[in-house]
Amino acid sequence: MKEEQWLYTISAKRSLINLNFKEIWRYRDLLFLFVKRDIVTVYKQTILGPLWYLIQPLFTSVVFTLVFNNMGNISTGATPPFLFNLAGITAWNYFTACLSGTSNTFRQNAGIFGKVYFPRVIMPLSVTISNLLKFGIQLFIFIVFVFYYSFFKGFNFSLNAYTLLFPVYIIVMALMGLGLGMIISSATTKYRDLKVLVGFATSLLMYVSAVPYPVSEARKKFPSWVADLVELNPMTQIIEGFRFMLLDTGTFTWFGFGYTVVLSVILFLLGLIVFNRTEKNFIDTV
Amino acid sequence: MKNVILKVENISKQYRLGTVGTGSLSHDFNRFWHRIRGKEDPYLKIGAVNDRSKAATGAYAWALKDINFEVAKGEVLGIIGKNGAGKSTLLKILSRVTSPTTGEIKTKGRIASLLEVGTGFHPELTGRENIYLNGAILGMTKSEIASKIDEIIEFSGCQMYIDTPTKRYSSGMTVRLAFAVAAHLEPDILIVDEVLAVGDAEFQKKAIGKMQDISSGEGRTVIFVSHNMASVKSLCTRGIVLENGYVKYIGTQNDAVEYYLSQQNTLNKINVSERTDRVGNQKLTVNKVLFFNSNEVEISDVISGEFLKIRVYIKKNLDVDFAKLFVAINFVDNEANFGLSYINDEMGYTFENLENKDFFELIIPNIYLRSAVYGIRILISEKDTREENFIDVIDNAALINILEGDIWNTGKLNRPGNSAILPGKFL
Repeated sequence: MKEEQWLYTISAKRSLINLNFKEIWRYRDLLFLFVKRDIVTVYKQTILGPLWYLIQPLFTSVVFTLVFNNMGNISTGATPPFLFNLAGITAWNYFTACLSGTSNTFRQNAGIFGKVYFPRVIMPLSVTISNLLKFGIQLFIFIVFVFYYSFFKGFNFSLNAYTLLFPVYIIVMALMGLGLGMIISSATTKYRDLKVLVGFATSLLMYVSAVPYPVSEARKKFPSWVADLVELNPMTQIIEGFRFMLLDTGTFTWFGFGYTVVLSVILFLLGLIVFNRTEKNFIDTV
Repeated sequence: MKNVILKVENISKQYRLGTVGTGSLSHDFNRFWHRIRGKEDPYLKIGAVNDRSKAATGAYAWALKDINFEVAKGEVLGIIGKNGAGKSTLLKILSRVTSPTTGEIKTKGRIASLLEVGTGFHPELTGRENIYLNGAILGMTKSEIASKIDEIIEFSGCQMYIDTPTKRYSSGMTVRLAFAVAAHLEPDILIVDEVLAVGDAEFQKKAIGKMQDISSGEGRTVIFVSHNMASVKSLCTRGIVLENGYVKYIGTQNDAVEYYLSQQNTLNKINVSERTDRVGNQKLTVNKVLFFNSNEVEISDVISGEFLKIRVYIKKNLDVDFAKLFVAINFVDNEANFGLSYINDEMGYTFENLENKDFFELIIPNIYLRSAVYGIRILISEKDTREENFIDVIDNAALINILEGDIWNTGKLNRPGNSAILPGKFL
C-alpha cells in the first residue's frame, strides 16, 4: 500500500518546540501589514502625529534631571545629565514597549485568534518591529541633542569602537522584551494573577536597571547586595552598554555583554516554547 | 478511486464546565502530576455527554466524541445539527483555532476558514487597506491580493468609499467588503460557517451565487455549517449530522437533511386523543396526526416547497356513513388565519375505504407555505359545514414547522411569514 502524503496534521500531541519557519515565512506579508497597521493607526486624527513619540522621553528626561541629578545629586561624570537620562530612557522605552506590547498578545487578540489561524508568533513579532520605528524616532532626537550639546555646550562627544555593537544591543533588547512578553502572555491566559503584577513591576524594574543613575553610583551609594542585584540585572548591562557606546560614559565588560546576549537568547527561546505550547489551546481558557 | 483530501480520525474535544478558579488549578496540578509520572490525564476518562438541556453532573463535558470522517477532493460537505451539537467546535479544530483533546486530522491541502467575515478589520484603516489586512489574515499573500483587488472592490460594490476609513461605513457596507475579500480566497479546502445570510437581498443573491461557483464551478473542497436546510440541500454534495457531540449520520446531503429533520420530532408532544377541547358529536375522534416525508420517515419540519404527507388516525366510537363524510384540513398560523385548506368534497374525494382502516392520509406534493409554525385544524362532519353536523373539530391537532425554502429556484430563499406562495409567473 502506498504511503499517503499529508501536508500537515492537526493533533493533540505537543512537541517541545515546533516552530514552522516555512509557515512564518509564508505569512511574512501579514507581519508587514500588522506593522503598518500599528504604525498608521496610532496617530490617526492627531495633528502632531509621530511627534508625540518625542514628547514623552523629552519630558521624562527633564523630570529625571531635576529629581535625580539636581535634587538627588547623582553624578553623571562628564556627561550632561539630560543627555545621560535621555539615552537611558530611549533604550528603556524600547524594552518596555516590546514587553508590554507582547505581554497581552493572547488576551488582546483573542477575537482574531478565535476565528482564524495564522502563526500566532506573528503578533508579538509585529509589535517588536513596529516599536522599532518609535525607537528610531526617539534615537534621532537623542542624536539631535547630542549635537546640540557638543556644539553649544562644549560637551566633548566621541564615539568608540564599541559603537559597532549597537545593532547587537537593539537585537538583545528586542529578544529580551519579546521573550519575557511571550512568557507573561502565555502565563496569563488561564490565571490572570500575573497581569496585575506586570504593570507596576516594569516601572519598578526601571530603578534596578540603572536607568536614572550610572552603575558606579549604585556601587557607591546602594548597600552592596542591591548593587550586586543591579549589576546582575541584564537590563542594567544593556542600558549601561548603550550609554557607553553613544556617550562614552560608564563601564563595559565583555563578560557582562556576553552574559546578557546569552541570557536574552535563552529567554527568547524559552518564550517561544511556552508561547507555542499555549497557542494551541489558549482559546478554551482565555 | 476516491481522492481523500482530509481525514478526521477519532477527534474528541473535552471542555471544562464552570469558571476558571482554584478548582481548575487543583485539577491542573493533578494533571501535571500524572504527566510527569508518565501517566494518562486522569480527567480524560470522565466527562458528560454534551447535552446542554441536562443538568451538569461533573466538571467536564465532551463537546465532540470520536468523530471520524473523510472528505474527498471537490466535495462540498454540509455539517448540520442543533445548537450545541458540536458543529462550531469541529470547525474550530479544523481551522486550527483550537486543538483536539484526542485524535488527529490529516490534510493534503491548505485550509482557510471563514468562521466570521471581516476578522481583523481595523476601523481606522481605509477600505483598501483593510482588504489587504483581512486578506493576509485569511492567508493570502500581498501579491495575490494585489492581483484581485479590482475584482474584490467591484464585487463589494463600495467603489466610492474604498479610500475612506471603514469606521465611516454602514454596517452593511462593512459586511459587503468583508465578504468580498472572503469570496476571493482560493484555498484547497474552505471552511464556511453560516455567513451567507448577510447584507441586503441583492448582495445575498450575489453571495450565494458566489458560493455556488466556488463549490461547483471551481471544484473546490468546501466544508459548510448551516442551520438552513434548504441551502445545505442546494450547495452540498454530502452531509454529516452531529448530535450531542457524536456523528449520527453520514450520507448524501438529502439523506442527511432528512435524517436530521426526522430527529427533530419535538413539536408534536401534545397527545391529541386525550384532548377535550373538541366540538362535535364524537362519533369519530381524531386520535393522532403524523407527518411524513417522501421516504415515509416521520418528521415535524419540512422545507417550504417540498413533499408532505399528513396521516390522521381516527377512533370509531359510533357508526357513521363514511361515503358522506366531510373532512377539511387547514394550516392555521399563530394569528388564526388559514394558510391553506384541503377539503375533500371540493377535491372530489370520498372516504368509503375508511370503513376498514383506522387512518386517512393527505398527500401534498409541494407544501407552498412561507416558513413559520402552522397548526393543523381538522374538521370532520357528517355531510357539510353546518355546526349541528360536526363529528369532530380540533384545533392544533398537530404543529408543523415549515422551514425556509427556495420555491422559485432562484438561489434565494423565500421570505418567512404566514402565507401561501402559489405557482405563478411575472411577464
